[in-house]
Amino acid sequence: MSRRQFIREISITSGLAAGIGVGGWLAYSNEPIRRQPEVIHKLRDFRVPPSAHHPQLAVVRGTDVPRMTREAITRLGGIERFIQRGDKVLLKPNVGWDRQPEQAANTGPELVAAMVRLCREAGAKAVWVTDHSLNDPARCFFRSGIEEATHQAGGEIRLPRQEDFVRADLGGTLLKVWPVSRFFLEADKVINLPIVKHHSLSGCTLAMKNWYGVIGGTRNRLHQDIHTSIVDLAAAVRPTLTVMDATRVLQRNGPTGGSVADVSRENTLIAGLDEVAIDAFSLQFLNLQPETVPFLALGEQRGLGHVRWQDLNVSQTQIG
Amino acid sequence: MRALRRYHATFFLGMFLFFLLVSDFRHLRGYDVSLFLELDPLTALGGLLTSHTLYKGLAWSLVILLSTLFLGRFFCSWVCPLGILNQLAGYLFNRRRPVDAYADNRYRSIFRVKYYLLTALLLLALLGGLQIGLLDPIALLERSFAVGVLPAVHGREIPLYPYQPYFHGGILISMILLGILLANRFMPRFWCRVMCPLGALLGVFALRAPLRIRRDVDRCTSCSRCLEACQGGCDPHTELRVSECHLCMNCIEACSEGALHYGLSQPRSSVHQSLDIGRRRLVESGVTALALFPMLRSSRSAFAHPVPEVIRPPGALPEGDFLARCIKCAACMRVCPTNVLQPALLEAGLEGLWTPILINAQGYCEQYCVLCGQVCPTAAIRPLSVAEKVGAKPFPHPIRVGTAFFDRGRCLPWAMHTPCIVCEEMCPTSPKAIWFQSVAIPDREGKPVALKQPFVEPSRCIGCGICENKCPVVDQAAIRVTSVGESRSQRNKMILKGDVA
Ligand code: SF4
Ligand code: SF4
Repeated sequence: MSRRQFIREISITSGLAAGIGVGGWLAYSNEPIRRQPEVIHKLRDFRVPPSAHHPQLAVVRGTDVPRMTREAITRLGGIERFIQRGDKVLLKPNVGWDRQPEQAANTGPELVAAMVRLCREAGAKAVWVTDHSLNDPARCFFRSGIEEATHQAGGEIRLPRQEDFVRADLGGTLLKVWPVSRFFLEADKVINLPIVKHHSLSGCTLAMKNWYGVIGGTRNRLHQDIHTSIVDLAAAVRPTLTVMDATRVLQRNGPTGGSVADVSRENTLIAGLDEVAIDAFSLQFLNLQPETVPFLALGEQRGLGHVRWQDLNVSQTQIG
Repeated sequence: MRALRRYHATFFLGMFLFFLLVSDFRHLRGYDVSLFLELDPLTALGGLLTSHTLYKGLAWSLVILLSTLFLGRFFCSWVCPLGILNQLAGYLFNRRRPVDAYADNRYRSIFRVKYYLLTALLLLALLGGLQIGLLDPIALLERSFAVGVLPAVHGREIPLYPYQPYFHGGILISMILLGILLANRFMPRFWCRVMCPLGALLGVFALRAPLRIRRDVDRCTSCSRCLEACQGGCDPHTELRVSECHLCMNCIEACSEGALHYGLSQPRSSVHQSLDIGRRRLVESGVTALALFPMLRSSRSAFAHPVPEVIRPPGALPEGDFLARCIKCAACMRVCPTNVLQPALLEAGLEGLWTPILINAQGYCEQYCVLCGQVCPTAAIRPLSVAEKVGAKPFPHPIRVGTAFFDRGRCLPWAMHTPCIVCEEMCPTSPKAIWFQSVAIPDREGKPVALKQPFVEPSRCIGCGICENKCPVVDQAAIRVTSVGESRSQRNKMILKGDVA
């Protein structure tokens, strides 16, 4: 072996040895698995400041949903009170099921379209409509008519995929860190568009329960303490505005529905910022009393609103 | 000619992929997405033998058969997406020296295997067992793409399925495809030359084609350059084997003397060879098929006795008829929005390998969805209207695929003093098939706990499986659907009342 060759060989070998040593040193750890510190998100408070000049609840009865929506918002101070130019607005109707509008399992498409239009008029940069559906989401958005209504009004549908859920701290008694749809972290304003429905476990599905659509994960565990879960969610997501759809009400077989025989016409929209009051008000369409719906009292205790809506400044009108 | 074939091939492969891509609820707007399967004469012939019908769209296959009679095996190089892919794979993996190419492209007796396979498959079909889909290239490719390739490329940027789909034993199907493509390394178009039963069928039909590759013996200098370029392994340099030639036209381009042409016979054209098959081997494969069939039928399977986990899609024919029509192409699995449709392994017996079953841990049957029946090329799953599926007027009953049962040892309100009834909430029937009783049950301290304990009303249950799919006891749900009560079966029944049709 020539000297030159020897030097070459020895340097390669020692290079390799040094590499192994350094690699081992760099990779050494007391932990069996190296983990990135996890980012836990936090949901923003989407509310606007309360106003003494406007009623707390606006109840509008009629059959022309676009006009009723406009009227309800005007009474609350106009869309400009809620949406600023350039806002990214997220609308959260209930699009849980592969059902048609007449079956009243999902929020009515007319209300969604009317809200998209109002936000657009207020100069919103983007209006997203989302929900975490229980049936195949593509079918739910298509058959509920919400996809078409949204597109026509100039909004965008955002279907959350598995990867769109990120962990966020909900800070609840029961619900601590859960997967949350990232669209709710990206939006500037959030508008709740629930529908009044019967539900066999909680009694009813209303505005507060609509926030099930924000989270992912094994939501089906929430039924084990449904009232606390509802309140936890309502405390975690504080929307800019809520407009309840009580035009068609599913009286039985909820929350899935399926038969038009279970649906009654109530021709009402209820708008406001106080979800507890809106929910309490909506009980009348299902012939329920606030005492039989535990999440209302729990919500009041948590400071989310007022069960006795009668004590609030309520403006009621009939149009059309 | 070669350029023309390439355009053609790209176009047909593109069309095949396009149909696969649009096979979902969003994009399915009246395209005949099963066109390739319907053009396939082997699918048609197999179904004809087992069910004595040429189902609707399968009549398209006559176009291919008739043109093959005149034009030869053009399908393999010009239309068949698997042939095109094999061609491409051979081109990519196999850069050979000309000497090797001469050797590789010569005809070999192993090419006869495909005729034996065809014989066995057709005989089995004649007796009533349809296993053509295992080796039919179009069914094989459709299945490989639906179950293997597309789920692998699905992702946020390429959203092919509503969710990441998972398939029961899907990797096996994927590996077979990879194996077929890699086999091109050892022999160009290995699959097409050696294995393909459709190629064999078309080869037989091509035997008398008046239009074929012809060699002018006067001009030919026996340089064998045509052989170097030949994809068919059909010996264009001597007496062409018509049944093997799939008209890639490479030989014509390779010939510097202009001695080859595709067309009618001329005075100086060389003679051609007929089908080369060993009689003895042919008889052997036939006898094997004859022996196999009664053995298949005497093995316990879903055909012999209802099997709980063999839950067939809505509109599936009764098990016997279903097996006689299903070609395992997985078109239904491609289109199913919830991923509930899965390729069976041995649940339905060996005969039912890769036929669709519902696995509710993966998905559930969407109440208003009827897509699987719409794309099924052979009507093993017959096309249903939504009204017929859900039992809306004028249909007296919904289609049932099975029945749900509570496992009271796992159900939270039944076994663990914990409120739940997610199943009741999910149940789509109206009125709901799941109902509950409010009870107060003492816990271990003797304190009464208010609970709602669920029950299934079997006459209302349609077996859709959403309850099982959404049950919070996720590893094995506390409510599970089995096939009993399925509309398609006369014997897989348990309830006397209300369980008609
Ligand atoms: S009908 Fe059911 S099984 Fe068939 S594709 Fe639709 S959801 Fe899947
Ligand atoms: S399978 Fe389950 S969800 Fe479907 S109908 Fe039967 S009980 Fe209802």
